Amino acid sequence: MPLENIRHIVLVLSGKGGVGKSSITTQLALALSLQGKSVGVLDIDLTGPSIPRFFGIEESRVKQAPGGWIPVEVHAEQTLPLTQHAIANANGSTHEKEQEQGQGTHVGALSCMSLGFILPNRGDAVIWRGPKKTAMVRQFLTDVLWPELDFLLVDTPPGTSDEHISLLETLLKTTAGTSQLAGAVVVTTPQAIAISDVKKELNFCAKTGVRVLGVVENMAGFVCPNCSECCNVFSKGGGEVMATEFHVPFLGSVPIDPAFVMLIEEGVRPRYPKGTVAGGKALVEREEGVESKEGLLVDKYRECSLAPVFEGFVGRLVADVEGRTRV
Amino acid sequence: MAPSLEEPVQIDLNAPLKAAPKLVAPEPEHCPGPESEQAGVADNCAGCPNQKICASAPKGPDPDIPVITERLASVRHKILVLSGKGGVGKSTFSTMLSHAFASNPNLTVGLMDTDICGPSIPKMMGVEEETIHVSAEGWEPVWVSENLGVMSVQFMLPGRDDAVIWRGAKKNGLIKKFLMEVRWGEMDMLIVDTPPGTSDEHLSVNSFLKSSGVDGAVLVSTPQEVSLLDVRKEIDFCRKAKIPILGIVENMSGFVCPGCKHESQIFRASTGGAKRLAADEKIPFLGAVPLDPRIGMACDFGESFLDAYPESPACKAIRHVVRRVAEEIGMQGDVLEGDE
Repeated sequence: MPLENIRHIVLVLSGKGGVGKSSITTQLALALSLQGKSVGVLDIDLTGPSIPRFFGIEESRVKQAPGGWIPVEVHAEQTLPLTQHAIANANGSTHEKEQEQGQGTHVGALSCMSLGFILPNRGDAVIWRGPKKTAMVRQFLTDVLWPELDFLLVDTPPGTSDEHISLLETLLKTTAGTSQLAGAVVVTTPQAIAISDVKKELNFCAKTGVRVLGVVENMAGFVCPNCSECCNVFSKGGGEVMATEFHVPFLGSVPIDPAFVMLIEEGVRPRYPKGTVAGGKALVEREEGVESKEGLLVDKYRECSLAPVFEGFVGRLVADVEGRTRV
Repeated sequence: MAPSLEEPVQIDLNAPLKAAPKLVAPEPEHCPGPESEQAGVADNCAGCPNQKICASAPKGPDPDIPVITERLASVRHKILVLSGKGGVGKSTFSTMLSHAFASNPNLTVGLMDTDICGPSIPKMMGVEEETIHVSAEGWEPVWVSENLGVMSVQFMLPGRDDAVIWRGAKKNGLIKKFLMEVRWGEMDMLIVDTPPGTSDEHLSVNSFLKSSGVDGAVLVSTPQEVSLLDVRKEIDFCRKAKIPILGIVENMSGFVCPGCKHESQIFRASTGGAKRLAADEKIPFLGAVPLDPRIGMACDFGESFLDAYPESPACKAIRHVVRRVAEEIGMQGDVLEGDE
């Protein structure tokens, strides 16, 4: 079985486009990796693959090996030194903190597979009808030589069409009888327009028997970097209401963080205005004129204000998924 | 009674570009398409269980295309709204484009939603609860105002939250049905909203509308490179499919904090945004529309943002874009009511 190296498969779905499926997938992957899990990301958005861009590996190409494709590695399993910031924060120097300092953070390996790694030119359109897309999705599921993985995250295109049908048909067939297919994380934005499309996706999950692990509300609020007033650009609270209505868990809201966009777009280490606090932790201050682009994406992501938010999501997901497997 | 999509399907939606022959096996990966000219005779067909069936199926142009052409002969301008990326505001822009044109009482405007899996147009137009009326002459679009008609798959769904889990061929059948059956009548403008991507829906809309003549496509993008990357693919698609590009609109560019009036770039244009892309690709740049939370709210409530906040900067930007679109398709005179 091609997916036998993988312990849990988690789908990232949304009925609406542009709500941040790829962004959420990326952050879930980074957060899982920061917890020491080995993670794979499979991008089955064939006509608009964004995963290569998100991980900053657009230039990479997939390697052929006997028996299949080798996914592109983002980083190997390693131990990251503690951030300057964490050391500064730990001036209380409790026993626990000292231990942490000694060890650093252990991160799991992270690798990706996307059609973007196969296309000769990044501007090329992939103009395919259904049967061809079906074949490609199947090939992605059967012919990729994943290393030993704790989690495989599958990033999907918007909608409930060919890619989704093929993905689930193949997954349900190959993982029948096992608990490999853990379920789906459904992404939405707070406006009613997005919610109405995402409800269709929840119904899709219900019809196909995929368990919804939780709903994430993305782009909930934007904190003005000038006056630190939070503004609900796309209204608020819709995701939670929807989750309650459909009796699925609500994982939480993710605000818009321009520093995260900067991190992805330009690789700049996230920095915040003085005194910004997220999740009870003070964030790294911005020094005028200093922009650092050094380091691994996962290392830089640790300093992003969204990292603690996703740490929470991932904690719940892992507990849920692993709890179920043991039973 | 309105046609319903509840199983069993009452209308024959399985007919793709033209009545496909009944196949004994699923279409293989490199299938030229059972309805294509090479069906059954192409190199890829060797060994396919369907080969005989496909080879003996009637060949030639789709007999339904003249029907579509005739239906749409009375529609003067046809505009596609495209984007490779989802959630950049295609539907929002389509509704605003149609509201803006319809604000001129002398124009009749139609808006067709070809996003089958996630139709947003009915909600944005405030006609979510409507259903289609069928008359002897065809399906009647839902009229939002006297000169603004809307058609969407949502009107045919029994439940508002039902998922439409369809493969491509079936979706093509429905789009064709839309084009053949809907009685648009005498119209100045038909705006076609599309789903994200470059796949079945886009190919179908293009092939069905080719002979009736499309004025061109308006591409919508947001400023970040992640989105422009997909729009670049869409430009490539338009070139390959020979759809003229009217221009590109940058949506959600810049956000003005309602508290302190500080403008921030939520979606940073690190690579120069849509303007740079337009210059690189030598296509017209139609304008930039700032992000305004009230646009989203107006859409949620199915109201026209342009009527509700005519003085806002976003509204002015949209009107500028609409005027540029009108220019590009060669409409004469004052198109928008209340133009200075």
